[in-house]
Amino acid sequence: MKSKKHEKIELMQGNEACAEAAIASGLEFYAGYPITPSTEIMEILARRLPNTGGTFIQMEDEIASLAAVLGASLSGVKSMTATSGPGFSLMQENIGFGVIAEIPAVIVNVQRLGPSTGGPTKTAQGDIMQAKWGGHGDYDIIALSPSNVEECYTLTIAAFNFAEQFRVPVILLLEEVIGHLRESVVLPEKDTINIINRKSSPEAAPRNYQPYEASINEVPVIANFGEGYRYHVTGLVHDKTGFPATENHQEVEKLRLRLREKIVSHQEEITMFKEWETEDADSLIITYGSAERSALAALRDARIEGSKVGLLSLKTIWPFPHSLVHNKCENKKYIMVPEHNFGQIAGEVSKNIDAPTKVIPICHVDGTMIKPEYIKAYIKE
Amino acid sequence: MPKRYNVTNYLRKSNMPHIWCPGCGNGIVTSAFLRSFDDLKINPDQTVVVSGIGCSSRVTGYLDFNTLHTTHGRALAFATGVKLGNPKLEVIVMTGDGDLTAIGGNHFLHACRRNINITTIVFNNSIYGMTGGQSSPLTPREVSTRTAPYGNIEEPLKISELAITAGATFVARGATFYPLQLEELIRQALENKGFSLVEAITQCPVHYGRASKIGGAVEMLKWQRDNTISMTAANRLPSEAKKNKILRGVLSHTRRQEYVEEYKQQLFSDKQGRY
Repeated sequence: MKSKKHEKIELMQGNEACAEAAIASGLEFYAGYPITPSTEIMEILARRLPNTGGTFIQMEDEIASLAAVLGASLSGVKSMTATSGPGFSLMQENIGFGVIAEIPAVIVNVQRLGPSTGGPTKTAQGDIMQAKWGGHGDYDIIALSPSNVEECYTLTIAAFNFAEQFRVPVILLLEEVIGHLRESVVLPEKDTINIINRKSSPEAAPRNYQPYEASINEVPVIANFGEGYRYHVTGLVHDKTGFPATENHQEVEKLRLRLREKIVSHQEEITMFKEWETEDADSLIITYGSAERSALAALRDARIEGSKVGLLSLKTIWPFPHSLVHNKCENKKYIMVPEHNFGQIAGEVSKNIDAPTKVIPICHVDGTMIKPEYIKAYIKE
Repeated sequence: MPKRYNVTNYLRKSNMPHIWCPGCGNGIVTSAFLRSFDDLKINPDQTVVVSGIGCSSRVTGYLDFNTLHTTHGRALAFATGVKLGNPKLEVIVMTGDGDLTAIGGNHFLHACRRNINITTIVFNNSIYGMTGGQSSPLTPREVSTRTAPYGNIEEPLKISELAITAGATFVARGATFYPLQLEELIRQALENKGFSLVEAITQCPVHYGRASKIGGAVEMLKWQRDNTISMTAANRLPSEAKKNKILRGVLSHTRRQEYVEEYKQQLFSDKQGRY
């Protein structure tokens, strides 16, 4: 393969691509706690960040890791942490804090198998619902899921951009098999990467500054700490001043709707996907992450045998791309949803399609990747 | 001529009245902090005050700095990130005894160990005030609380002693009956380059005063007078006379390299701009 002018080919691991993309995105602060299968991200950044002028710190647990990430982000630097299931569970409360206080951050969850310690070296897609619903109190968030090493790179950059643009923690859902996958990738040249930085210079003078002022589907311009705007950040429900407004139900509702609308009203902008052979398809596979690889092999075999099957692979998991899924499923006889869990996305797909199209969950939960022939068995001729 | 301070300049007056009960000692600790802050002429624009959850942690809403009211127990972890994100900022943590030593105990140990340049002021009222009078790790034995109705059977934690053991380079204890000493201790803590802890013994007449049967705010302050002793006075007394007394003053002040300074040395020389 000959590379184009602005591209270079490298042999890279998924976790490594994620760490390198974070640096390319302008990462200046990493706080984390070692956990399989995400540790390579932390180890790489421990070595790299001091050389780029950034800060790396190993914290005492995952709760502290995300807390430090949110604190650093408020002082104005792009910040990230990486973990796996048990650590992701510990982070849930502070994810909610990041949501309500509108703090940009990237949280990588390299998913492992099962509840509790589960299978640290085994792959799964078990935290799809947790990424959206893991914390208390009902909120919206952005979550992305790469299927290969190249996407680990590109979606990490997208995660930083979305975090900065929408001022929300963005969850990057890798899987053991994606984080540890080593394959050759074509990486973009640094100067061709589109990098979005938060708006942190308010128009108002410090005296009149309202840190959380924004119209219903907008993101407020929040100054970084130390820039002369002295304001308050709290996890309590607040009004545009940033101060608690628990008893002002109108303001409470306004805040809660805005936190939702600033994400869901930009759904189209946030939605990323890939598709294969959907044009003439009468049935469709909808998948994401590593399962895309098996589904693609199944699709190619089935197509050779004459089946009119298509494939839609979601890169943006949350906010769930309901209109995309609805449109792609129109006039399909049946939809197959292979995934490494008990049907988390199959459930979301079911909610967004019209009768009589049938949704067939194809669940695989033994800690290995689903085999193409297992998916192909569901494809009718 | 007594010294004049501009304490009210650092308050968000529009957020008053505050939520603290009549007789609460939190205001005394807060004003001691503000006097020492004013004395040192630190720039409020470059100052971040971080708190957790609890009565005392609501202080951040009333202080006109960059303020961060975080999740329960996590103030020090957030503050660590704030400091490392922009090491030029002055970072102060204001927290309660439950916030710092129960749910936040692990972060407390590690912040001490790292010796990061953060000043922590812990309002120690020996009880959970905001939730209505439950036991804290600082509740003494035998005191009956809402969650220890038959008397507390747990040994209270020694916050300051723990901080010294864990590696904090400045550790002091004061009490609200002695606001001038408290102010001086906080001033020294702010000046220390490294992790500093000031334990401020304060009264919660509504919950702890009742639970301990010490009484109202006045009786609680008198209790401080009768049960604490300054280090200077203690040094002059025979050991029998200071038995069971709580020491006030600088309990430990040592020198050790500060975390950010040490991290800076690992950076390439052309990359130290942020530091």
